[in-house]
Order: sequence, then structure tokens, then C-alpha cells
Amino acid sequence: MNHVRDDAFLRADGRKGIRNTVAVVYLVECAHHVAREIQLPFREAGVHLLGFGGCYPNDYSFRMLAALCTHPNVGGVLLVSLGCEGFNRAGLLDVIRRSGRPAELLVIQECGGTRTTIDQGRERIAHLLRQLETVPRATLTLDELVIGTICGGSDGTSGITANPAIGLAFDRLVAAGATCIFEETGELIGCEQILATRAVTPPVGTHLVESVEKAARYYATLGHGSFAPGNADGGLTTQEEKSMGAFSKSGSALITGLIKPGDVPQVSGLYLLDVVPDGEVRFGFPNVNDTAEIVELIACGSHVTLFSTGRGSVVGSAISPVIKVCANPETFRNLAGDMDIDAGRILEGRGTLPQVGDEIVALVQRVAAGTPTASETLGHQEFVLGYKSFEPIGPACHPAPTAQM
Amino acid sequence: MDAIQLSPLDNVAVLVRRLPAGARVLLEKGEVILDRDLGLGHKIACQPIAVGDKIMKHGVSIGSATQPIAPGQHVHLHNMQSDYLPTYTLEVDRRFRGAGTP
Repeated sequence: MNHVRDDAFLRADGRKGIRNTVAVVYLVECAHHVAREIQLPFREAGVHLLGFGGCYPNDYSFRMLAALCTHPNVGGVLLVSLGCEGFNRAGLLDVIRRSGRPAELLVIQECGGTRTTIDQGRERIAHLLRQLETVPRATLTLDELVIGTICGGSDGTSGITANPAIGLAFDRLVAAGATCIFEETGELIGCEQILATRAVTPPVGTHLVESVEKAARYYATLGHGSFAPGNADGGLTTQEEKSMGAFSKSGSALITGLIKPGDVPQVSGLYLLDVVPDGEVRFGFPNVNDTAEIVELIACGSHVTLFSTGRGSVVGSAISPVIKVCANPETFRNLAGDMDIDAGRILEGRGTLPQVGDEIVALVQRVAAGTPTASETLGHQEFVLGYKSFEPIGPACHPAPTAQM
Repeated sequence: MDAIQLSPLDNVAVLVRRLPAGARVLLEKGEVILDRDLGLGHKIACQPIAVGDKIMKHGVSIGSATQPIAPGQHVHLHNMQSDYLPTYTLEVDRRFRGAGTP
């Protein structure tokens, strides 16, 4: 049952991908157009566009692009630089090459401008794609998969159908030895005590609680309104009840650790991804949209992301497939072509939470084995990356393999 | 099915559609009668709940009863309250009480 496929893409660093993607990466907005033009003819051939728009260097964005360019689903990379931006392009190229992935760099100011860089870039991509054809294959089992989850476009149904169904799926996946990641500490305000009691050790519990406190302060500074008492008209009575609706995506397993964007868990288990920056409020909202959160889950190694939606998001992602779990049966009928799982059918007596949970686990395995999701079929490859600032996380909440209990 | 119990530990069920007062709702432990008109997402008691009892949903406490609640009665602001205190207002030694224990 834990066998997923025999032909996973084995990278030189030992990680195993479920997709075989070439990433075209712009290192400043000024190189975005050229990178997009390079990618355009190869869009259907598994070449994805990502990048960072800022001109000023930022440790977080470097760390994110390094994690994304060495993601197991990525087999080769073309970096596109204007030439005068602050991004450490040589450092990024080095990180990717040291992972054993083929990587190329084009600097527009050194290549003779837009036209010649596009032409050279397309040649490099064609070459990278040929190299990807010969990537070694390997058996992939469920315990090697990393699965992330987020919710977006939530409504009154999210907390009673899709989120708890994802929680049941997470329980089964964690029990099978997979690594599961949930996030958005701002949605856990009110659940601190429950979080603490689900931590594998008291120090992890302390870090989990502190991450939620940090989120509460951060959002309060920003004047974010979502931490008012729950919407009573929709039947929610208390803060802890409202947050539990989101928290239920995490299931009931013990929480192995707390990670920050770009940290790849080294031990299987359930992890909370702390997306809220450290220190004083800088650079605005922690995540400007759902895609920013999906990208962070992928930077932590997610092969697949489970996206719970009530009102009906249509997004997918660059690099890793997104499975849309639709909480609301009306939304599912309205946007059927964009959805993968009809969790809202529970409300119409056409299924139970455990049945939907089992369906999610089965679909995760099929998607990991190569079946495209709805958003992949429709060509969705959303990507966004902005500025943030994080302190490195302590060893207590990010266990190493040798520290496994 | 008109209401779902999200966890076996729960003492409330969540309505899956709008229902009028007097409607009969079938729960795992038997049938109850709604005491008022209620919409999707609202909670009703699955069993008798005493003052001070924890209201259990998603398998965890989401607050405490402030009134005795009979099976089928609406559970909301009028008969329950939050037990939540923002943790950054608590003493550090109280904050992590229970951490790491089942």
C-alpha cells in the first residue's frame, strides 16, 4: 500500500521528485519579461517560470530560491539576471550545481540584450530538457513524500468538511511515515494550549505557542481584522472554535517540529510551518496571497499541496501540483473543472468525513505517481515571492535524523 | 443526515443545512428536536450538557457551557463562552502547563 511508483525522478542529491521540471528563474523584475519569453515555447514541456522581483538583496528570498531550485521536482535550472540587481546570482548558481542539478546563468547585460538572451535561453532550455530525459528513476514510497496543506477562499463549510477531511488524510499519511506540513500560525490563535499538548516534546510545544503569539502581535500591528471573535452569524461562537476549523487540517497526530520557509524536515512527521517573519513588522503582510503560502510549503519540500477551499480558488502552482479539496458542494458544481475532491458532498449525505479522507490519501498517491491535478491540466503555474526576514530556528524544533525518538 | 459530529469526542453536532424550529434531526445517539430556526454551521447539543462542561467540537474544547443545555438545543453565545485567554497575557509558567503531556 505504501508503494507509490517505480519511476520517480532521482536527483544527484538523493531526493526523489514526482515531476521532472526545468525552472526558468528571473532574479529581478527587470529580467522577468526575458525569462517569460524564454519559457513560453516550453510551457507545455514541463518548464516553469519563477523568480524574485526585488532589486535589493534579502536573505529570505535567496534561501527560498535556493530551496525551490533544488526541490526534488526540479531537474534543471536556468537563471536569468539583468546584471546590476543585488541578488547573489553566483551564490545561487553554486548552490544548485552543488546539488548535482544542471544549472545555467544568463546575464542580459552581458548577452547583448533582450533578443539575444531569449535566443540563448531557449537553446539552453532545449539542452536542459534533453538532459532531463536521462534522469535516473527510482522507487518512491509514501514515507518519502512531503505533503503540505493550506486553506484559501474559506467559507462556513471549510471547517466542517474539507479541513477535517484533510486532517484525517494527514493522520493516515503521518501514520504511513510521510512528512506533512500545515501552516498559517495567524489562524491558530486560540489553539495555543491544544498545540502545546500535541507537541512531541515540551520544548517543541514552547516554540509552537511562541510562533502563534508572534503571529498575534504581528497581525495586531498590521491592524489585521481577522482575529475578532468568530462570525457568530455563521454559527461560530468562540475564537478557539474559529481557529479549530483551520487547525483541523492538521489532524490529530503529534507535532514533530516547527519549521520556517525553506527548512526541509529531515525526520518524517507532522510539522507546523511558521510563515510570520521574525522581529519588528517589516515588508508588509506576511503572505500577500495564497500562492505565497503554497510557494513556502514547496520550499519546505512539499511534493504535493492540499488546498482546502470553500468559495472556490482556482490556483495551482509552479514546481509542485496542488490538489483542490472543495468544502462547499455548491462551489464544486460551479467550478467542477477546477476541483479535484468534492468534500462538500458530506453536507448532502453523499459521503462521510472518513470516506473523503481516504479519497484524499488515494489521490495524493495517484498525483505522486504522475496523474495531473485539475490545475495542472488547466496550465496553472502561479508563483510569487516577496521580502521577509527570519531568524534561524533552533535545533529543539527541527529534529535531525540522529535525534529521532 | 442533517447534522454531523466532527469527532467521536464531540458533544455538539454541526447543522449541514438550514432547518426550522421543531425539525427532527437524526443524530448517532438518537433523534432530537430543534429549539429554533438554525442555519448551516450552527451547533446543537448531542447530549445533556451541564453548566461548566466543556463544549467539545473537532475533538477539543471550544469553550464552556454557561447554562444547562438539553440535546437538540442551539449551542451558541447565549449558553456557552470562550475559555481562551491570549497566551501572551499569561505567566510563562502557566503558559505551557500540560505541554508534552497527553
